[in-house]
Amino acid sequence: MSKPIVATTSLAGCFGCHMSLLDIDERILDLFDLVEFNKSPIDDIKTFTKECDIGIIEGGCCNSENVHVLQEFRKHCKTLVVIGECAIMGGLPAMRNNVAPISECLEEAYLNCVSVQANEEKIIPNDDELPMILDKVYPCHEVVKIDYFIPGCAPRADLIWNALVALVTGNEMELPYEVLKYD
Amino acid sequence: MSKVLITIDGKGFLADSEKTVLEVARENHIYIPTLCNLEGIKPQGSCRICTCMIDGRMMTACTTPVNNGMVVVTKTDELDKLRSKIVELLFAEGNHFCPACERSGNCELQALAYLYKIMVPEFDYIFPNRDVDATHPKLILDHNRCILCKRCIRRKKEAENPTWFVFENRGNHVKINFDHELTADMDDEMAQKAMDTCPVGAIIRKEKGYDVPIGRRKYDLHPIGSDIEGKE
Repeated sequence: MSKPIVATTSLAGCFGCHMSLLDIDERILDLFDLVEFNKSPIDDIKTFTKECDIGIIEGGCCNSENVHVLQEFRKHCKTLVVIGECAIMGGLPAMRNNVAPISECLEEAYLNCVSVQANEEKIIPNDDELPMILDKVYPCHEVVKIDYFIPGCAPRADLIWNALVALVTGNEMELPYEVLKYD
Repeated sequence: MSKVLITIDGKGFLADSEKTVLEVARENHIYIPTLCNLEGIKPQGSCRICTCMIDGRMMTACTTPVNNGMVVVTKTDELDKLRSKIVELLFAEGNHFCPACERSGNCELQALAYLYKIMVPEFDYIFPNRDVDATHPKLILDHNRCILCKRCIRRKKEAENPTWFVFENRGNHVKINFDHELTADMDDEMAQKAMDTCPVGAIIRKEKGYDVPIGRRKYDLHPIGSDIEGKE
């Protein structure tokens, strides 16, 4: 039987969850025995070259590009797993959701903030090449169907490892109290 | 004070007739999860987390007085599901950004979510527009995290102190507030007491926070209620 294929990506996240994935230490060697990576920052494959079994998503959706990538993942992966608070509830980027409309956020960032000095022409970036910022930051499961959720900021390495092993082997996941944390 | 015989989870206990089901369970090291209840203040039964099967009906353990021959079941799959859904609703209703909260690791709401192994709330997040009041010299009120359990209000009403905390507005707009003039000369001890009354991170002391490292906080290693059950 061929190895399951895994794809990973970071949307509106900080790559902390990917760091936590690396934090499984020498078990990363076992991981490469267990699975094959496709589109992922780990092997630097930028676009899907084959259909994948497991998609791992970090971060929520704050712009149109995030939504596009997430939909691509849904299309090409049989099982989608979101990891981290940002993917589950928007996380720190979502702190803008309840504060101000997006126009005010952009004005604060590019025009009114005390540290803005160089923007004399008062430009808010709006090039066609740039992804559109969404009105709110959305958790992944409000955009596409997600199969499994791994909370934490970042999720403990053991939790990610247990989840991956459970998915690959088809056994029930081990979930000790100490590893399920929201921070 | 007369004694009554009640059965909790199949075991018989002799209990004072003036006590509530929750108090009797606690005395006998049986953990019933609570959120709006705090020892020493009058229970109000608003959060419904302590719901048990009492004589075949779902009733809140914190407000139900014991009766002779009462049969209580504290834990069934149905009750656990009900309790975890209440926690999920509270998470979806407020802005509970655990990674950025000073109370994380010591928060009762979060600890209950850990207890029920909630990976994600079933409900869509509301992201309500709520503000933070940091004008007081000692305390910060973060309405984003408030679950309106009224513990702060009830504690002050029953103690000798004048009422510091109050509910402001009505219905969907209700929020806690406190008298800034009365509390202007609040000392650190009183501020700490106010913070400890809050089950979540809605009342936070200024210039204090994150002083216990991750891994050594209250609910990092031991689930909420394990001290009552005497497991650890």
